[in-house]
Amino acid sequence: MDLLEYQGKLLFKKHDVPVPDGRHASSVQEAVEAAEELGFPVVIKAQVQIGGRGKAGGIKLAKDRREAEAHAEAILGMDVRGLTVRELYVEQASDIAEEYYAAIVFDRGAKMPMAMLSRMGGMDVEEIAETDPNAMAKLHVDPLVGFQDFHGRRLAFEAGIAEDVIRPVGSMLSRLYHVFVEEDAMLVEVNPLLVTGSRDVVALDAKVTVDGNALYRHEDTAAFRNPSAEDPQEQMAKERGLTYVKLDGNVGILGNGAGLVMSTLDVVAQAGGRPANFLDAGGGSKADAIVSAVEVILSDPKVTAVLFNIFGGITRCDEVARGLVTAFEQIEVKVPFVVRLDGTNDEEGRRILADANLPNVTVEKTMLAAAAKVVELAE
Amino acid sequence: MSILVTESTRLVISGLTGREGSFHGLNNKRYGTQVVAGVTPGKAGQDVDGIPVFNTVHAAVEVTGANPSMIFVPPRFAADAIMEAADAGVELVVCITEGIPAQDMLRVYTHLKRTDRTRLIGPNCPGVLSPGKANVGIIPAHFFSEGNVGLVSRSGTLTYQIGNELAQRGFGNSTIVGIGGDPVVGSSFIDIIGLFEQDEQTELVVMCGEIGGDEEERTADYIAANVSKPVVGYIAGFTAPPGKTMGHAGAIVSGSSGTAAAKAEALEAKGVRVGRNPTEVAEVAVEVLGAKV
Repeated sequence: MDLLEYQGKLLFKKHDVPVPDGRHASSVQEAVEAAEELGFPVVIKAQVQIGGRGKAGGIKLAKDRREAEAHAEAILGMDVRGLTVRELYVEQASDIAEEYYAAIVFDRGAKMPMAMLSRMGGMDVEEIAETDPNAMAKLHVDPLVGFQDFHGRRLAFEAGIAEDVIRPVGSMLSRLYHVFVEEDAMLVEVNPLLVTGSRDVVALDAKVTVDGNALYRHEDTAAFRNPSAEDPQEQMAKERGLTYVKLDGNVGILGNGAGLVMSTLDVVAQAGGRPANFLDAGGGSKADAIVSAVEVILSDPKVTAVLFNIFGGITRCDEVARGLVTAFEQIEVKVPFVVRLDGTNDEEGRRILADANLPNVTVEKTMLAAAAKVVELAE
Repeated sequence: MSILVTESTRLVISGLTGREGSFHGLNNKRYGTQVVAGVTPGKAGQDVDGIPVFNTVHAAVEVTGANPSMIFVPPRFAADAIMEAADAGVELVVCITEGIPAQDMLRVYTHLKRTDRTRLIGPNCPGVLSPGKANVGIIPAHFFSEGNVGLVSRSGTLTYQIGNELAQRGFGNSTIVGIGGDPVVGSSFIDIIGLFEQDEQTELVVMCGEIGGDEEERTADYIAANVSKPVVGYIAGFTAPPGKTMGHAGAIVSGSSGTAAAKAEALEAKGVRVGRNPTEVAEVAVEVLGAKV
C-alpha cells in the first residue's frame, strides 16, 4: 500500500525523523486556516501518489493569505497525470541549502534491506543513475543486526555529502531504517532530503510503501485512505474480499489463483482481445464469492463479454457452476459469458450449467478455445 | 527417486488441529504420506484421526523422529512456527501459509541461511508432491502420476493447469514443487532446479515463473552454467501493467524491472525454450522428450 506524503510524514514524526511542520487539508478553507496557524510563507502541496507533482503545478509557495487561498483553489481538483487531487498538505516553507536523496528499499534479489544516499537530490533514482552512476551510494543492511552508525558514515563519505552534515545525515538514515522496520515498510524514500541554511537536516518529502500483509499490527496505517487513487470497482472488490485489478480493455476475466488469472489475461491478449480486469476468486471459491465477483466485473461499463477460467484443485467446479447459476438469478446479465471448467468435479459443473440452460453462456473445454471464443463475442 | 519428499518422509504438521490443517493433513495421509505428528500448543495428548498432537515441534521430533515439517498456522504466527521447526532440527520446512509480513520473512530467511541446516519451501505456496510417493501440501494429487518431468512453479493453480496439459500428453512427474508467490521465499528456482539436475528420475524440468523480481533472469544464467537436462519455461503476466500487484504479493512490475517479456527473453537467450501459453509448454515438452501417447 502506497502512502500519501502527509501519511508518510505522520509515521516519520512518530519515529523522530525531522520534518517541517505541516497540516493536512481537504478544503480551501482548511488550507487557509492551516497556513495562518503555521505562519507564512507556506508551501501548498497536492497529495497524490505519483511523481511529477511539482512540474504539473501541484506544489506552490504562498507568501500570504490571499496566495494560500488562490493556490489551494487551483490545486484542489487539479489533474496530476490522471489522478484528481482531493487533499492538500500545507507546510512551513523551508530554506534550502542542499538537496540530497535518501532511501531504504527492500532488495528482493539479495533478500536484504538496502540503504541508499546521494548528494544529487530532487531528481529521481533513474535520473541520478543516468547523470552519474557513482553518485548513488548503496549498502545492504543485515536484517538480524540492523542499521549501525558505520553504515551511516560509509554512505555519507561515499556519497560525498558536505562534511559538516555527515553526522546528522547518518542519524537521519538510521531513523529512516527504524521507520522501515517498525512500520513494516517495503520502501521509505526521502527526496529531497534537505539541508537548511542553518544546517539542519530535514525530510522535505516522504514516499512510503507499507506491506499490506502487516497491516494487522498497524492500526494507524491500516486506517489511511487515498481517495484520489481508489478506483470504484477496485474499492468494491476490496470490500468483498476479492483480489481485483482494473485494466482498460473490454473482456471481463475471472479465474482461481493469481498465476492462472495472469496466464488467462495473456492468453486473451494473444487471441487478440483486451482484458478489462484481473480477478482472482481465490482457492476454494465458494458460490457467494462467485456472485460477488460477477457483480464487480459487470460494474465496469466497458465489459462486453466475460471469461470464467477455472482449474479446479481445492476449488470445486460444481461449486463455481452453482455460484454462476445463482449470480444469473440475482443479477441481470446482458453480456455473453464463456465458461471453461476443468479439474475437480468438472463434469458435474458442466452438467449443472447445461441443466440450468443459462442464456448467453458458452461452455468450452480448453483455455485456448475459451479465450478465442470470448474475444470473438466481445467484438 | 524424487526430490524433497518420498516414501520415507515422516511429516509433522504445525496447525494440524485447525480447519485447513486437518483437512489437508488428512488428505496428505490418505494419499499415503506418513503423517506422524501434529503440533498445537496446549493440545498435547489429543489426536487427529489417530495422528498424535504435541505441544512443541521439539517434543514431536523427539518422540516421532519427524522430518519434514509443514506449516499450516495463520500468518501472524507462521514465521515463529518456521523458526520453531528449524530450531527443533527439522531439515525441510514447507510453509503453505499466505500473508506473512515480508519483514518477518526477511529475518527468517537470513537466520535459516546463516544456520545452513534447514531448507524452507514457501511461504504462500501449494507445497511439494512426489506422485506415487508423498504429498506435502495442498496440490490436488489425483491429476498427477509418476514420471520423468520435474515441475517447479511460483503459482498453484497454474501448476495444475500445466501439469494437466503434460498429463494429457502422457507425461508424469518426478516431483512438483511450488516455491511460492511472495517477495521472500525460502527456496528459489535455482535451488530446486539444482536438485532436479541431481535427480535420476527427472529427465526434463519445467519452470513456471511470473512477473516481479529478477529470479527468472538469474535462473537463466544458472541453467546455462550448471544444468545439463533440458529446461522448458513459462512466464505469466505479459499483460500486467506496471505498479499493480497481480494477486501474489511478489507479482509486480516496478518501473522497467520484473516484466514477463524481459524474463522470457533472458531464458531464451540462454537456450531455455519458453512456451507462450500452458498448452505450448506441453507441446515443447513433447518435442524435447518425444511423444508418449
